[in-house]
Amino acid sequence: MTRHDWKHASWTVGTLVIAFLMFFPVLWMVLTSFKSENDAIAFPPKWIFTPTFANWRTAVFGGPVLEFMGNTALITVGSTLLALALGVPAAYAMAFYRSRRSDGSMLWMMSTRMLPPAGVIVPLFVLFRNLNLLDTHLGLVLLFAGMNLPLVVWMVTGFMEDLPFALIEAARLDGANLWQEFTRVLLPLLLPGLAATSLLALIFTWNEFFFAVNLTTRNASPLSVYVSTFKAAQGDLFIAKMSAASTAAVIPVLVAGWIAQRQLVTGLTMGAVK
Amino acid sequence: MSMQASVPAPGRRIGEGRRFLSAPALIYLILVTQIPFAMTIWFAFTNWNLLRPASAGFIGWDSMFRNFARILQNPDFYTVLFNTLYLTIAVAVLTFAFGMAFALLLDRPFPGRAIARTLLISPFLMMPVASSVVWKNLLLEPSFGLSAWVFRSLGLTSVYLVQEAPMLSIIGIVSWQWTPFVMLILLAGLQSLPDDVVEAAQLDGAGPIAQFRYVTLPHLRRFIEIAMLLEVIFILNIFGHIFVVTSGGPGIQTTNLPYQIFLEAFSRWNIGRASTYGIFAIILANLVIIAFLQVLRRKREEETA
Repeated sequence: MTRHDWKHASWTVGTLVIAFLMFFPVLWMVLTSFKSENDAIAFPPKWIFTPTFANWRTAVFGGPVLEFMGNTALITVGSTLLALALGVPAAYAMAFYRSRRSDGSMLWMMSTRMLPPAGVIVPLFVLFRNLNLLDTHLGLVLLFAGMNLPLVVWMVTGFMEDLPFALIEAARLDGANLWQEFTRVLLPLLLPGLAATSLLALIFTWNEFFFAVNLTTRNASPLSVYVSTFKAAQGDLFIAKMSAASTAAVIPVLVAGWIAQRQLVTGLTMGAVK
Repeated sequence: MSMQASVPAPGRRIGEGRRFLSAPALIYLILVTQIPFAMTIWFAFTNWNLLRPASAGFIGWDSMFRNFARILQNPDFYTVLFNTLYLTIAVAVLTFAFGMAFALLLDRPFPGRAIARTLLISPFLMMPVASSVVWKNLLLEPSFGLSAWVFRSLGLTSVYLVQEAPMLSIIGIVSWQWTPFVMLILLAGLQSLPDDVVEAAQLDGAGPIAQFRYVTLPHLRRFIEIAMLLEVIFILNIFGHIFVVTSGGPGIQTTNLPYQIFLEAFSRWNIGRASTYGIFAIILANLVIIAFLQVLRRKREEETA
């Protein structure tokens, strides 16, 4: 090997080591979830151990994790569908009937997504209380739909603008009405974009904690609220079970994000970077 | 975004009324965001405490700014403000440095690159409260945690960092989570740098440092602006990490503005005071949002010009 090859190889190894170190906390959580409680608190830490599924059986499948995960899934899916139902027609108007005013509305929508949650939590709490929405799935669905709506409009507008207008014209010449134009021409082409958008809405909603902890108590609480209860020490004999529950809570989003790495950038910046 | 939308194609005047399809979304957003926003301002001028239901009402003209005055006279407010800015700036600096370094490392072909990238983005996908729980109870735990093992291996006594350096612990955990975000956006920027530009610079005899300084960095400017502004907007709102790791303590050493609002609203039930803090949070965020919208408007105009 030449000197150049050695240099190249050492950069590669260095990068892989750094990547592994950044990932290590996640890995350690997953490993701990398969340890016995005694192995989990052993010192020095046990790198090699006999894996057990006991924690997963008791803490995840036998504990409340699945119930909270059900809440999270319901809230996530409901709010994403509502955001799509409102946002896709808006994106159609923004993409194909663009004007100075629509540009202004787009930027305004974007700015609402950046409103600090803490700045509006008090009135939201009061409104939820008065409308009997506290600790309900419906309340969080309505709120998170509003949170995801700017993202949906912004991203889907971008995807629509990338479609050739001639296709739509052709459909119109054939006498397609709005519904036919949308379902037969646009929808098939937009599906990958809609999937990417939904995935991002899912990631944001799944991990949301601030609104959830302040607007729910138990009944409609998502997983993030349950996981946050591990903040207080639950005794040494809880570490492995806690890891199992945390792993279960993060796996869906972790896998979704791995699959959609490319779309992640578009979505995180609301299409500002492509 | 492409430019054809701005070119009036023949026949696109069909169904001019369809531009009102954006109305439901706009109305929904006005309802969900502007009503609470207006209420925050109203509440800031009340003494309302949920423990004293009769207190819900305008303070009165003579002392209408009482909440603002009380907060501005309270030295704790400046600590909270300092914590908010310190946390935000420290995380921004750290994530920028590491994010840039990681993006540069990933911007070359090498075996295992896809795996390295996948591993590197994982912290960002972790539910913030879950990563806080893991860091606090598994990694930084002083008796069996991994930090204890590292300390002892280095011949040092084990220190409980969450207790000894609470703010630095929060900064570290948040930076760990947000470095991949900066990395991903800067990597997108690096990969959009045309190869011929780089080759031209190399032909002109530019070394790696000159190349980075005069070719890469100017090209990355837009990406850096977007990444940092967006990140700052989110970091100003950090809550879950503080909730889990330190509960804002010890004292108020790690209390930022969102956590202060949470305490004011949901442990003291002081609606008036919490809303006033909320207004300060909104003002702070708006300073950043305005800068961000400026960048976006410029980009959208350049692209369609």
